[in-house]
Amino acid sequence: MNEKIRINRKLLEIKPSGIRKFFDLIIGREDIISLGVGEPDFPTPWRIREEMIYSLEKGITSYTSNNGLEELREEISRYYSKFGFTPDPSNIVVTSGVSEGFDISLRALINPEDVVLVPEPTYVSYSPLSVLCGARVITISTSPDFRLTYEHIIENSRLIEPKVLILNYPANPTGVSYDRKELEEIADAVIEKDMIVISDEIYSELSYNFSHKSIAGLNGMEDRTVVLNGFSKSFAMTGLRVGYVIAPDDIVDAILKIHQYSMLCAPVTSQIGAIEALRNGEDELEEMKTEYLRRRNFFVRKIKDYLEIKEPEGAFYAFPSIKETGLSSEEFAEKLLLEKNVAVVPGNAFGESGEGFIRCAYAVSMDKLRLAVDNIIEFVNSL
Amino acid sequence: MQNDKYVEVLKILEDNAKYTPKEISEITGISEVEIEEIIKKSEEDKVVLKYKTIIDWEKVGEEFVIAVIDVRVNLTREKNYDDIAKRIAKFPEVHAVRLISGEYDFQVVVKGKSLKEVSFFISEKISTLPEVRDTNTHFVLKTYKEEGVLLFTDEEDRRLAIVP
Repeated sequence: MNEKIRINRKLLEIKPSGIRKFFDLIIGREDIISLGVGEPDFPTPWRIREEMIYSLEKGITSYTSNNGLEELREEISRYYSKFGFTPDPSNIVVTSGVSEGFDISLRALINPEDVVLVPEPTYVSYSPLSVLCGARVITISTSPDFRLTYEHIIENSRLIEPKVLILNYPANPTGVSYDRKELEEIADAVIEKDMIVISDEIYSELSYNFSHKSIAGLNGMEDRTVVLNGFSKSFAMTGLRVGYVIAPDDIVDAILKIHQYSMLCAPVTSQIGAIEALRNGEDELEEMKTEYLRRRNFFVRKIKDYLEIKEPEGAFYAFPSIKETGLSSEEFAEKLLLEKNVAVVPGNAFGESGEGFIRCAYAVSMDKLRLAVDNIIEFVNSL
Repeated sequence: MQNDKYVEVLKILEDNAKYTPKEISEITGISEVEIEEIIKKSEEDKVVLKYKTIIDWEKVGEEFVIAVIDVRVNLTREKNYDDIAKRIAKFPEVHAVRLISGEYDFQVVVKGKSLKEVSFFISEKISTLPEVRDTNTHFVLKTYKEEGVLLFTDEEDRRLAIVP
């Protein structure tokens, strides 16, 4: 008799996160300057924290409605118009961060064997979560410049009929973003192939070269786009786990069904903080953005004479190539850590096409960034 | 000289006057030469008035007495607010003078070495000015925030070293 398999078989197909392995190398070391942290180095703006504290003092600790506080959904609806479309509050579900939003959006859309297109390099969660809900994942390598194009999508849907395209811009780990014209080309391919886009726009506020536009705002796209966004990066609220999904009527109903049975509602305290963020957090947001922009400029300007690098258009990541050093991404990252105490994430943690690159998060103070850059340059020169 | 570059450089200096033109150039992409010009011009035009340092004197045991004094004055044909304010401001003991709304006319901040010194100064130099009707003195017991800078730290970076 076969031994009973205790664990979900799907999990056997999923590799542990490449980042995790690297994390173990660092644990317990306090002398490290880490450019490996994918979250803001600013604490949550005080006005947001203070509002949450006050809500706790008043005893606001119960469940909210499944789709989230109405006030918050109304604020999100108004707020999103800056990105080019104004969703109805009834098309918004407040989630425990984009991670939950992504998971339940996929589960709402995917039947077994449906095909999901994941452009690479990719944020680490997209493929595993797709596999977990039974999808067939087709990765699209966007090398060498890491920009997804019309041709990429058409080329990868010649023999199959993909149902969902995952889009993430500004992107983790590359910092690539798309202007309106590029988005229109992507949208053309999506419409031509009758697909649905899951558009993770968590870094929308950190767009430096042009203002962020949601693909959902383009002609014919609102009805085939699931927008994911949240407060983690823009308002430095990562640990508070609050984000949202914006989706067309039928999809939002399906998403809400899963959300109400699994999460019930996003944490109420975080939802209250989110309301304050949207109502009064603009100045703090701009301040943080200005600081990230200065750091990006500094990092790119200093590094470009030593490593090939494209100026990131958004988020707080730079993705320089280390191919000329002759080392693999992992070798480079490990040696850099051992010899110069600087932590970066090897590019292959974000898929095969990330090999030959490293992700450097500039969400650290200017002083630390300066030190890290000097050390990276010394390291490259020593090779 | 473009105004936005000018403002950008001033904003950076306002936050950290120790930045060199080279460092500002690395952050902003504005050339070093242009930054030097901006700084020179801002100094010449008295846009940048002085480079100062915020020091937590309590930590080195050098203590000062600071008093915030509300001052109510009588205006005359000959002496308006500006005249009176200038007269008060010129004393080196006076740290700040502001025309304010409300019950009083001026808020004057005085810094001295001892309670006695500050009290004497107020009673002999401020209260005795012919235009001064009355004063209300508050001695500062503790400063928590100065020029937008917190004088205490209660937060640290608790982030994990690697986060996806």
